[in-house]
Amino acid sequence: MSKFKKKKSGELPAVSTASLPDIVFMLLFFFMVATVMRDDELQIENRLPQANQVEKLAEKKKIVTIYIGKPNPNFIKQFGISEVIQLGDKISPVSDVQTFVNTKRNAMDEDDKDSMTVSLKVDQNSQVGILTDVKQELREAMALKISYTSIEGDPLKNLKK
Amino acid sequence: MARRSAPEVNAGSMADIAFLLLIFFLVTTTIEVDSGIASKLPPPLPEDVKPPLIKEKNIFQVVVNAENRLLVEDKDMEIGKLTDAAVKFLDNGGGTDPRDVCSYCRGEKNPESSDNPKKAVISLVNDRQTSYKMYVAVTNELVRAYAILRDREAKRLYNETYQSMTKRSDDWPADEKESPEYLELQNKLEKVRELFPRNLSEAEPQNRE
Repeated sequence: MSKFKKKKSGELPAVSTASLPDIVFMLLFFFMVATVMRDDELQIENRLPQANQVEKLAEKKKIVTIYIGKPNPNFIKQFGISEVIQLGDKISPVSDVQTFVNTKRNAMDEDDKDSMTVSLKVDQNSQVGILTDVKQELREAMALKISYTSIEGDPLKNLKK
Repeated sequence: MARRSAPEVNAGSMADIAFLLLIFFLVTTTIEVDSGIASKLPPPLPEDVKPPLIKEKNIFQVVVNAENRLLVEDKDMEIGKLTDAAVKFLDNGGGTDPRDVCSYCRGEKNPESSDNPKKAVISLVNDRQTSYKMYVAVTNELVRAYAILRDREAKRLYNETYQSMTKRSDDWPADEKESPEYLELQNKLEKVRELFPRNLSEAEPQNRE
């Protein structure tokens, strides 16, 4: 009889919390690594087109990004409904492109300056005209390596929509 | 009779499990990298320099108008057929002059079409009102034509497609870029690129009335 009694006695042991810090640190590290910081607050529509002949872009520090698209609903009053250029986190005129690229290039390491790539993130529904103006500016600024950033997919598919 | 509580679970190894998971995620997570169609702009031309003249037959004219319609060599064309047409043009190898003969081309050797892939230029003209998705699609199809031909040549010369060679080159560990194998790979890639250089010219868009 005493055999059974022994087992029943005693309260439920508390769950050990010693490993809680480890779990928390693990989550912390995980998010630290996996989070991509979005450095530019988009003020424009930016749905990238699809393409399948894509190449991976170089490391982040060698990239300058230029966004093109129609302004967001919140900014239509200020900037109208035709396509605009966003440099960094503000909408700018075409004439600012050269200064923007040069400033970015000057901030880079000496080794990275030559392999600087301009990533053009253009909304798929915008017209090519403004992109051409930007490309002319880039030529003037001697920023000749460009990349039409796009999502991997079938390019013919986005035409059907 | 002694009152004994159940023994506590040993939590000492919990930290190990946590680190194991941490390391697993560290290794498997890749931060999303943007990708895109790479292109190179021509440097600005000095005012007094005239662009070099190119024979009419070495130019493959692609025009996209404001309604996103495609005009290839003065003929209306569906975009689905553009890659084949471009491959046919680049691979024509119609040159008869000893300097222009293309030994590796497998095209029709039509004297009306391009002499040599090294001389062949694809000229893309678009309207300012062309939509960007059409523009990307056309560029993509033209780049694909080059990719097909480069794959073919790489396969013939090195028994490996150009695509898989570039992939290998991209994945090469950063600390082994001095190794002879890597340099040899770069050399091979350069040779294939030379056979079919990407001469894709973008004229400034026109607004035709």
